[in-house]
Amino acid sequence: MTSTPLPQTEVLGAIRRRQRRSLLDRGAAMLLGAAAASSIIITVGIVMVLAIESSTFFGEVGILTFLTDTVWTPLFADARFGILPLVTGTLVTTAVALAVAMPIGTIVAIWLSEYAPHGVREVLKPALELLSAVPTVVYGYFALLFVTPLLQKLMPELPTFNMLGAGIVMGIMIIPYVSSLSEDAMRGVPRILREGAYAMGANKLLTALKVVYPAALSGIGSAYVLAISRAVGETMIVAIAAGMQPNLTLDPTQPAATITAFIVQVSLGDLPHGSVGYQSIFAAGVVLFVLTLGFNIAGYRLRKRFREAY
Amino acid sequence: MVTHCTLADAQDSAPSRPITNLLRRATPTMTPHEVGADPVTDQIPAIADIKVQLRNFGFAYGSNQVLKDLNVAFENKKVTALIGPSGCGKTTLLRSFNRMHDLYPGNRYTGEILLLPDRINLVAPDVSPTEMRMRLSMVFQKPNPFPKSIFENVAFGLRMRGVRDKARIREKVEQSLRDAALWDETKDRLHKPAYDLSGGQQQRLCIARALAVDPEIVLFDEPTSALDPTATLRIEELIDSLRNRVTIIIVTHNMQQAQRIADWTGFLYLGSMVEFDRTEKVFTNPGNKLTEQYITGRFG
Repeated sequence: MTSTPLPQTEVLGAIRRRQRRSLLDRGAAMLLGAAAASSIIITVGIVMVLAIESSTFFGEVGILTFLTDTVWTPLFADARFGILPLVTGTLVTTAVALAVAMPIGTIVAIWLSEYAPHGVREVLKPALELLSAVPTVVYGYFALLFVTPLLQKLMPELPTFNMLGAGIVMGIMIIPYVSSLSEDAMRGVPRILREGAYAMGANKLLTALKVVYPAALSGIGSAYVLAISRAVGETMIVAIAAGMQPNLTLDPTQPAATITAFIVQVSLGDLPHGSVGYQSIFAAGVVLFVLTLGFNIAGYRLRKRFREAY
Repeated sequence: MVTHCTLADAQDSAPSRPITNLLRRATPTMTPHEVGADPVTDQIPAIADIKVQLRNFGFAYGSNQVLKDLNVAFENKKVTALIGPSGCGKTTLLRSFNRMHDLYPGNRYTGEILLLPDRINLVAPDVSPTEMRMRLSMVFQKPNPFPKSIFENVAFGLRMRGVRDKARIREKVEQSLRDAALWDETKDRLHKPAYDLSGGQQQRLCIARALAVDPEIVLFDEPTSALDPTATLRIEELIDSLRNRVTIIIVTHNMQQAQRIADWTGFLYLGSMVEFDRTEKVFTNPGNKLTEQYITGRFG
């Protein structure tokens, strides 16, 4: 079989078309790269703003004082800038929220993944995820006007603003973060591992607790870390229901301000821009950032350590 | 040795089995049922010491009848291999013994799998799969150690059976690891994660885990299909060393493997037991055309 060679002009045309396409390819790649870079640029920008703005604050208040002073009263005439009361406020509300969300979320996940019939899971899982779609303002009022009065029936001396009520409601809000991700992780555990447990004579519950749960631990750990980050950063519920007074205490029945609640208070308040009091929210922001970052790094380490090896 | 002779004699003196004769004339395109075979109890070779016996056993997933009218017996403390082309139902049969099918909807057992000597029908609806699984162990196609330490993997079954005595558990774990030829490699790192072991070691760990509970039957589901030849050889040696200690039923794709390790071999085709006999008989002088064609590699 003989074939006539392509005319020169056609070959050149094809090469030109290809060149044009490769230019288009490169343009598209650049556009996509820019989109990806934007998230990094924004993050870097936020960190820079935090660093620059807080540096004016730290010019007036020493870092040591900031980290060790036990009183936080930037709005008072006699202003003091000890971040500790805000940190304890944040940690206590977070701890209460996790004490609610981790066990309940995990149990829900185990039930959904190992026990629930297929149809029930398909309905229940999205329904549960709606919990985190409720506006947090609504949760804040739910805590203040429903949960706290309920708690006051059990503990009559509980103040109207307290970390317990706020923390419990925050916990309810983050249940789906824990349950949904944990369920995904547990359902990802290979069938052969489950069958291995059943073949050894384990029943459903023991299979779930002794084999499936530990096998999914890395995914479940990420779910916990996400829940922690969400709780540390949550603002509205604690601002409404936990009170706004910075209070150095680990007692959840006390009112206290969290870092986020303080930032809201100042941003909406009447402190003049540029004053030390105003600048303090950036310092608080840095602490919040470091806290969340720390939890995320811990989570990352944890995830690597318990990486699924099956 | 005495039992061996008796069995062989019984085998030789057994009247020619009508089913096999019928099937001898069958063509590969026909199922044993189409040629009018009616499996009856005398298809069971004369085994004196039976551990488990299938009687008109059948299994269906939904409307798909995977296994039909199986009548075979498995000799106590011997190795029985199940061979056959993909989709013939050999793994389905293996997983019926410990009711693995119960984990998924749509399963239906018919007939009986009698566990001797107490003649419990393993697939009876009123027999609890969980309790029944306490008497059997299974080794899977791929090593599936639990996300626990080597020690805890082997101790798992004991803990499931409520054993609390630490000294006894330790002793049993060591014994099982020795039986699985894994003790020397693991004795210094019993509390390290099982996932640190190589694939072949993991599979031997799974065998140790299976042996630790003193099972009456160990079911092997193509235990070497994910392993390299060296690791395969070690597993085969291990199975060989368990002969005369525990009843073993092994599904294998590898006919040389069946020849090397099995006392008995059953050839399944389209859900029926086409031939069931001593391994050397099946491989040197198969009683059925289908079997012959399968073992000579003409289909499958």
